[in-house]
Amino acid sequence: MQALHQKVKELLESGKVQVVIGYGEGSGGKSRPVFIRSAADAAKLVWDDRCHQNLAVYINKPEIKKMGKAAIVAHPAAVRTIVQMIAEHQLSSGAIIVLAVENDTLEELTDNSSLEVYAQSHPVLFPPFVVKEIEDIAALSAAERFEFWQNELEKCFKCYACRAACPLCYCERCIVECNQPQWVSVPSHAQGNFEWHMNRAMHLAGRCVSCGSCTIACPAGIPIGLLTIEASRIARTEFGFEPGISCDASSAMSSFRNEDKETFIQ
Amino acid sequence: MKSITHDNLLKLLAGLADEGKIVYAPVRKGQKVFFAPVQNMQPVVFDYIQTTESPKLVLFPRYEPLISFEYQGKEVKVDDPSAAAPAERVLFGSRPCDAMALKRLAEFFDRDIPDALIAGRQKALTVISMSCIKADADCFCTSTGSSPGDICGSDILLTPVENNGYAAEILTGKGASIADRCSSLFSEIPEIRKEQYLAKVEKAFSHEEVRKKLSHAFDHDIWNGASLRCIGCGACAFVCPMCSCFDIQEEGTAKKGSRVRCWDSCGFSLFTLHTSGHNPRHNQSERWRQRVMHKFSYQPEAAELTGCVGCGRCSRACPSDMNLKEQLQDIAANVETV
Amino acid sequence: MPSNNIYNPYLMRIEKITDEAPGVKTFRLKFTNDAEREQFNFKAGQFGEYSVFGEGESTFCIASSPMRKEYVECTFRQAGRVTSALARREEGDVIGFRGPYGNIFPLEEWKGKNLLFIAGGIALPPMRCVIWNALDLRDWFKDITVVYGARSVADLVYKYELDEWGKRSDMRLTTTVDPGGENPQWTGKVGFVPKVLEELAPASSNTIAIVCGPPVMIKFTFPVLEKLGFTPETMYTTLENRMKCGVGKCGRCNVGPVYVCKDGPVFSYGELKKLPAEY
Ligand SMILES: Cc1cc2nc3c(=O)[nH]c(=O)nc-3n(C[C@H](O)[C@H](O)[C@H](O)COP(=O)(O)OP(=O)(O)OC[C@H]3O[C@@H](n4cnc5c(N)ncnc54)[C@H](O)[C@@H]3O)c2cc1C
Ligand code: SF4
Ligand code: SF4
Ligand code: SF4
Ligand code: SF4
Ligand code: FES
Repeated sequence: MQALHQKVKELLESGKVQVVIGYGEGSGGKSRPVFIRSAADAAKLVWDDRCHQNLAVYINKPEIKKMGKAAIVAHPAAVRTIVQMIAEHQLSSGAIIVLAVENDTLEELTDNSSLEVYAQSHPVLFPPFVVKEIEDIAALSAAERFEFWQNELEKCFKCYACRAACPLCYCERCIVECNQPQWVSVPSHAQGNFEWHMNRAMHLAGRCVSCGSCTIACPAGIPIGLLTIEASRIARTEFGFEPGISCDASSAMSSFRNEDKETFIQ
Repeated sequence: MKSITHDNLLKLLAGLADEGKIVYAPVRKGQKVFFAPVQNMQPVVFDYIQTTESPKLVLFPRYEPLISFEYQGKEVKVDDPSAAAPAERVLFGSRPCDAMALKRLAEFFDRDIPDALIAGRQKALTVISMSCIKADADCFCTSTGSSPGDICGSDILLTPVENNGYAAEILTGKGASIADRCSSLFSEIPEIRKEQYLAKVEKAFSHEEVRKKLSHAFDHDIWNGASLRCIGCGACAFVCPMCSCFDIQEEGTAKKGSRVRCWDSCGFSLFTLHTSGHNPRHNQSERWRQRVMHKFSYQPEAAELTGCVGCGRCSRACPSDMNLKEQLQDIAANVETV
Repeated sequence: MPSNNIYNPYLMRIEKITDEAPGVKTFRLKFTNDAEREQFNFKAGQFGEYSVFGEGESTFCIASSPMRKEYVECTFRQAGRVTSALARREEGDVIGFRGPYGNIFPLEEWKGKNLLFIAGGIALPPMRCVIWNALDLRDWFKDITVVYGARSVADLVYKYELDEWGKRSDMRLTTTVDPGGENPQWTGKVGFVPKVLEELAPASSNTIAIVCGPPVMIKFTFPVLEKLGFTPETMYTTLENRMKCGVGKCGRCNVGPVYVCKDGPVFSYGELKKLPAEY
């Protein structure tokens, strides 16, 4: 953490960046996103095992962009997100300084190739509770799995915190808000919730970097990230797409190759 | 005064369900506690500080048809769901802040042009609340006009006392009708001082002071800094017992369907977007300001009604730790009086 | 409303459809239920929620005069889902209507004064209602002047009425189109509304100015009027915040503590100045 404070102090003092997006002390022992704009505040940054939220979600927020050039404290999944954002032309290369953190290490990544090297050498490690959830669900029969999701999705009241927390859900007008035609039924009943989450999973297939931010954000406690993680697993094992490791990758949903398998349609 | 044992309370609720009333009670789903209709009382939980979703759904459900329609050639047949008498409901386990919120919510929908759907449900609702013997750091009911043992809005208020029982305050005619019919389940105890059992919630700010300061704070720079980490989801509004905003949407086919109202939130970027592309609230800071202003300035100015009861749900639900109590303390401390 | 459910619309039959301009139509609507028609009343400035069942509701002002009680008219521009669905309706079809909602132009207070109406583009409809209302009550007022501008000649709405108004001796009409929007037959003025207004320089004494139009037009028109001597209390406009319920419940249309649907849409410039600029 000392190294992080030092680095951020330097970046702000030298004028290399005007704002650092990082984690700070929150309420009730939680961490929270903070936006450090002066070297004197660098010590307000924290980095420990409470810091799960994917801060890449703030990079393109207009209020933050207005502040000038930014640096961001990024865990391995956030690094992958940034790589994926560059691949999807949501971020130009070199636009942001990435302070990649994992355990006690800190690396400053400023160009595409260093981001890619870092992303490729730092796989996203799920928190233990996510690993357990994935295993539990894999052990269910198809009917049981359907019932599991029915019960989970019944809790969803469509607050869209999962979408808002996801840096890769950046569409200005999400499919749920398009009304000509109305693709997704708006009320949060069984059908509306099912349509919403299936659409979201499809849109994130091969793009979701498995950061888990959506699950953490969901106030209803739905392990909603499992759907996009699964969609991405299919994209990886069936089509060879690994999101967030190459700054000029094409996307799984918009590329078609003759040798693509169709076995995932079940 | 009256009291009831834990076992008799479960019997009372089960009896109400058997009579055909829909009994909403707190149940655990995964890690979180929700209000849900229960037939038997086995899943009902008591060990929560606050539920995740508020009980507003008993008056103002997540979604509901406002009308339904069917085309018959060139003609259209419209059905009005408010014509049917609403089911008798019992809400159990609401906190005093929740009961106050339901009362204010019903008043809001009844103001000027009454909303018959909400009023009908309110008439058919009996509220059996539970005083708070525990609170957490996110609670601030005492700053918004409620308190851990407040009776406002409840028909019966139970306060946990010694020996696994509850002191029962029968507060309204609706409450009395239940207590009278099931009088064998209650016993008489000498008057108690319930304060000794209640949680202590320190007053964090004065809502009158906040209201005064907000009345000239629209252009204050406090909003910019305060809202930077808000990601504009609907979590705070959807868990809030007092947020009343809704969207109206069509469901079904082009021939037959219904017009449905669903919860909405002023935090969403599209909430105020015109078809032309113009948006009066372009930035999240403007939307966050609307949230605070609506609850603590606009509603109090317009109707002497604070749009928040301090239940703390929004702070617990917020993925970005916006913490409303802290924000209001900040306003009380840092916005100047003129 | 047909029942005490405030969201339950009247069923209205489209009696007549008029094509006003590209993408702009006027519907004349008749109550399918006579009893409902009998007890229906509204005043100039009010609006309604018009709906296509299966597509949704949309907010338009009532464009006909409150004195003509047999029907309700609305004029709308095809913009999104509901207005597109409305545009596909035919004469004889049934649509929904909720209303009347909102406050009114205070015509009674304006008795004995001159009226100056300034409208831009599709905003003539809200104005048309109050203009007809004022003409129906002609002896209440002194001079009546209308300044109406649109992007091009094709975009002018109520062309047949403009002709009629132009010929009337008891009112003055000035029409204008934006530079480049004229055609060889055009005999009106060419120029943006605020500029034309500056040239006309109408007298401000004992006069009420009513301004309706796109936000930019309003923004540039009020200063011109102030220069001409109008005070904030003698200038009126209508706001168009996004709406859903129309009755102060859905929470969408507020400007500060004021709901445009319930406390508006008609505001004096003086009232607007007291509100945050959230529109
Ligand atoms: C008081 C008032 C009077 C109006 N009078 C007229 C009129 O006389 N003629 C006319 O052409 N237009 C008028 N409008 C604007 C008109 O309501 C919108 O253009 C229309 O609702 C667009 O709906 P849509 O379904 O086609 O668009 P979509 O984009 O599909 O709209 C979706 C929803 O958004 C809402 N909405 C979007 N834009 C607006 C807006 N600017 N104002 C209100 N609600 C909006 C509607 O509730 C609609 O249901 C008026 C608006 C208001 C508030
Ligand atoms: S965050 Fe949870 S409750 Fe909200 S929309 Fe997503 S899954 Fe549903
Ligand atoms: S604003 Fe927050 S604390 Fe206040 S009533 Fe709503 S959820 Fe509870
Ligand atoms: S305006 Fe915002 S804060 Fe107020 S009730 Fe609506 S959603 Fe809640
Ligand atoms: S305050 Fe929190 S819960 Fe509310 S919109 Fe912002 S991020 Fe979402
Ligand atoms: S339109 Fe619903 S509150 Fe004004």
